[in-house]
Amino acid sequence: MSALRVENVSHRFGRIPALEDVSFDVPKGSFTALLGVNGAGKTTLFSLITRLYDSTSGRIEVAGFDIRRQPRQALARLGVVFQSRALDLDLTLRQNLRYHAALHGLARPDARIDQVLAMVGLSDRLHAKARTLSGGQQRRAEIARALIHEPTLLLLDEAAAGLDAASRRDVLSIVRGLGAQGVSALWATHVFDEIAPDDPVVILHKGRVLAHRPAGTDLTTEFLEMTCAG
Amino acid sequence: MRWLTVFLGIASRELLRFTHQRERFFAALVRPLVWLFIFAAGFRAVLGLSITPPYQTYVLYEVYIVPGLCGMIQLFNGMQSSLSMVYDRETGAMRTLLVSPFPRWFLLGSKLVAGVLVSVIQVYAFLAVAWFWDVRPPAVGYLAVLPALMLSGVMLGSLGLLISSTIRQLENFAGVMNFVIFPMFFASTALYPLWRMRDASPLLHDICAFNPFSHAVELIRFALYLKLEPVALAVVLVCTAIFFGATVFMYNPEKGLWRRR
Repeated sequence: MSALRVENVSHRFGRIPALEDVSFDVPKGSFTALLGVNGAGKTTLFSLITRLYDSTSGRIEVAGFDIRRQPRQALARLGVVFQSRALDLDLTLRQNLRYHAALHGLARPDARIDQVLAMVGLSDRLHAKARTLSGGQQRRAEIARALIHEPTLLLLDEAAAGLDAASRRDVLSIVRGLGAQGVSALWATHVFDEIAPDDPVVILHKGRVLAHRPAGTDLTTEFLEMTCAG
Repeated sequence: MRWLTVFLGIASRELLRFTHQRERFFAALVRPLVWLFIFAAGFRAVLGLSITPPYQTYVLYEVYIVPGLCGMIQLFNGMQSSLSMVYDRETGAMRTLLVSPFPRWFLLGSKLVAGVLVSVIQVYAFLAVAWFWDVRPPAVGYLAVLPALMLSGVMLGSLGLLISSTIRQLENFAGVMNFVIFPMFFASTALYPLWRMRDASPLLHDICAFNPFSHAVELIRFALYLKLEPVALAVVLVCTAIFFGATVFMYNPEKGLWRRR
């Protein structure tokens, strides 16, 4: 069973098509990249996977659960890092994580909070207000937030955007490391450099899957085609 | 148990945010106090009030407008919650709430009730100050008014949530002040009794009589003096059901707001 299965998914905003017949799988424990220029449909796809919108047609399964028919089970297995920040800047890291733990029904989350903060290297910032964290630390805190309920799949939408090189490296390294713990990741990006040669890659362009390549395949041709086509 | 955890999590976040925003608390308190100390003092001299239920004797104008000012606190708080929903949606924080595995109606309802709890704290702080201004309803009235405050708060909060679902950008929120809050407040029984309105204009009287905010104010007024106004209760309950039902529709991924972009 795949961590995520997207089958023939289409979506329209009024008459404007945003996604057309998109299909791909995210293998269990993998770090899969979703590559596409701005406006390719990555964020729309994430909104469909997280059921912020319902797709016009097609089927999406998270860990075997249909997001439309079994949203509760599917969303319980999903962690999301959105492109825009979701931390409450006036609250401490601990208060933020407690809130998100509560949203998943976790009554006593303190041990898990310590665990996820250790995973992202922020144990010493537990009582710091989110406002005082650097951009890179905020991103790592967002990853901790998304992991709080032990999801099997993590969706990250341009999670390294706006970070300096060192922070970007840190964030990528944390997310790649999750595979060893059985957490799959779908990493949406428009930056080719964030993809390693052995990463499975889905290239999304103008709402369609331009290429879906398994790990270890050269993608330069497709990437050039995508960027030249604009 | 897990549902209770979700509710408590949302409620404690709202309370934490409230305690971190002291300006919001003082603004919420100063607004009705200005009306009580200045506006009511001026109007007392020119506005005569006959004996109207729930009052059993002549009352000072300050006494009359206190329930209306309690409603005002809740009205502004409901709109403040609405504003914060629009802000959360613009910043993306709203998405983290809506991707919780719990049903959307429950998440929105929890946020709504949490906001009402914040408004109730503000109302009691206002009533405490009003006590020193010689507005002293029966002691048990302070307890009896709690369910009325919860109900009216839920109705006004639901309206705020519904409005938040129709506003695309934060900049458009000024329109809410002009077209929702002010007409609702002024065309109600918060400041003048209904019979006074009839004297001024039958049309205005009808508008005030249909305004759900008038019924919220009357529910509070009667409860504060240990009485129940069944019509007000029915209107508040029906309006709450309509406003909240429409909100859940608008936040449904298959319909309403999230279908659009």
